[in-house]
Amino acid sequence: MSGIFSSSLGKKLIMSITGLFLMLFLVVHLTTNLLLLVGDGSLYNRAAHALATIPLLRIVEFLLAFGFFFHIVYATIITLKNQRTRPIGYNKTASNRVTTWPSKNMYILGFAILAFLVLHLINFFLKLRFGEAPYVEGTEMHNTYLLVSSFFAKYWWYNLIYVISAVLLGLHLSHGFWSAFHTIGLNNNKWLNRLESFAYVYAVIVAVGFTIIPIYFWFAR
Amino acid sequence: MKLKLKIWRQKDAKSKGKFETYYLDSVSPEMSFLEMLDYLNSQLILKGEDPIAFEHDCREGICGSCGLYINGRPHGLKGKTTTCELHLRDFKDGCTIVVEPWRAASFPVIKDLMVDRHAFEKIMQAGGFISTNAGAAQDANAIPVAKPNADEAFDAASCIGCGACVAACKNSSAMLFIAAKVSQLALLPQGRIEAKERVKRMVAKMDELGFGGCTNTRACEAECPKGISISHIARLNREYYAAKFSD
Ligand code: HEM
Ligand code: SF4
Ligand code: FES
Repeated sequence: MSGIFSSSLGKKLIMSITGLFLMLFLVVHLTTNLLLLVGDGSLYNRAAHALATIPLLRIVEFLLAFGFFFHIVYATIITLKNQRTRPIGYNKTASNRVTTWPSKNMYILGFAILAFLVLHLINFFLKLRFGEAPYVEGTEMHNTYLLVSSFFAKYWWYNLIYVISAVLLGLHLSHGFWSAFHTIGLNNNKWLNRLESFAYVYAVIVAVGFTIIPIYFWFAR
Repeated sequence: MKLKLKIWRQKDAKSKGKFETYYLDSVSPEMSFLEMLDYLNSQLILKGEDPIAFEHDCREGICGSCGLYINGRPHGLKGKTTTCELHLRDFKDGCTIVVEPWRAASFPVIKDLMVDRHAFEKIMQAGGFISTNAGAAQDANAIPVAKPNADEAFDAASCIGCGACVAACKNSSAMLFIAAKVSQLALLPQGRIEAKERVKRMVAKMDELGFGGCTNTRACEAECPKGISISHIARLNREYYAAKFSD
């Protein structure tokens, strides 16, 4: 184990493990939020309440924050190092028609996701955890449904930001998904193309899934 | 055919260097790219000018010394070819060809189009071999090797160490090169014995020499004249983590 995380491969291992964990979180996050579109929202409220109050999930929440923290810190360390490896660039460059745009711009995409994340936490998480958010009448349970649906019905530019962010996240994952498996060594000639296809499927599900929610509430207002 | 050439000229490692433009009026499409440079050099010498320094040896795609960055891609736009295997028929009559050296902090320019690729040798010295006493060759069937492993090892062994992977990578990463060398040995029984030490040392050397990390952009694979697959990089990662975690 000695010194593994000081090596370039060790740092990538952290990117990959945290990335896989974050992708798993996204599945849970998307599934629960799609409950917004089901019925009158009471199901969603109960799910959100459960997620916020089950003690074990507070530990998971902590892990999630750690996951983000290490993913971002190591992304920065790796990117800064990689940028120093070619002091004099090429005069002319041509496309090889294989390399995808996201794969070359993971940090830019990640940074946009980070900016969105901050906004997103302010919009919902902070309100729910530290005040302001409405309650379901006569209960101790937040009316998260009302919070979210009224938010998306109010400001069109927030909806736009949420849609664009979902697309940028999808682009990050269209590369990140298969790249994470490749990094931990789970890839070979047979799986290369399969994993890349899965990556596109996963990325589209995430991007479309998170796009539907604001659009639905805008048109349902 | 007629050609306009924009070629990087740099007196020595310390000089700044700049592009010079040259015109060739009557070259044959049958000429190889390197013959064309030889021809240009003979004209420069006749004029009393300094000929363009570029590396070459076998001129048949097996030694790996002829790496040039041509029209924006390593070894030119043809794909799966070394520079020495390019011919002028691969270019359009009257076109402009931009020729640059490999660019990477770990491959400093020595002169004109020549770069110092000792970094690859240092990586090989760190572990790209098997330690065995040389002697009479034993019977080839004494150590059975599964056919798929033999094939994969053979594919990996076709790496000629040209450095196009480093030149193409946005991070100047040497991962494809090292993955090929590690795979070639890790897949065969003789190489397994030192596999753990080898992978740790080669990766440590790569980091020490200033090559970047891998972002899995696949640019290396796209430019490799031997078509080495990035699946070898997945194997390199497996080998490395297994070796590190068993420490
Ligand atoms: C929900 C949010 C996010 C998810 C699910 C996610 C997921 C992933 C995954 C799976 C990878 C592939 C790891 C690998 O190649 O081994 C990755 C790579 C990367 N991520 Fe993220 N990421 C997220 C947010 C961010 C943020 C906020 C940043 C930075 C500010 C970021 C920066 C990067 C960078 C730079 C890479 C490429 C690292 C490399 O290949 O060298 N990501 N991400
Ligand atoms: S992996 Fe391919 S591009 Fe890289 S040094 Fe070997 S032959 Fe050249
Ligand atoms: S000169 Fe040997 S590979 Fe091109």
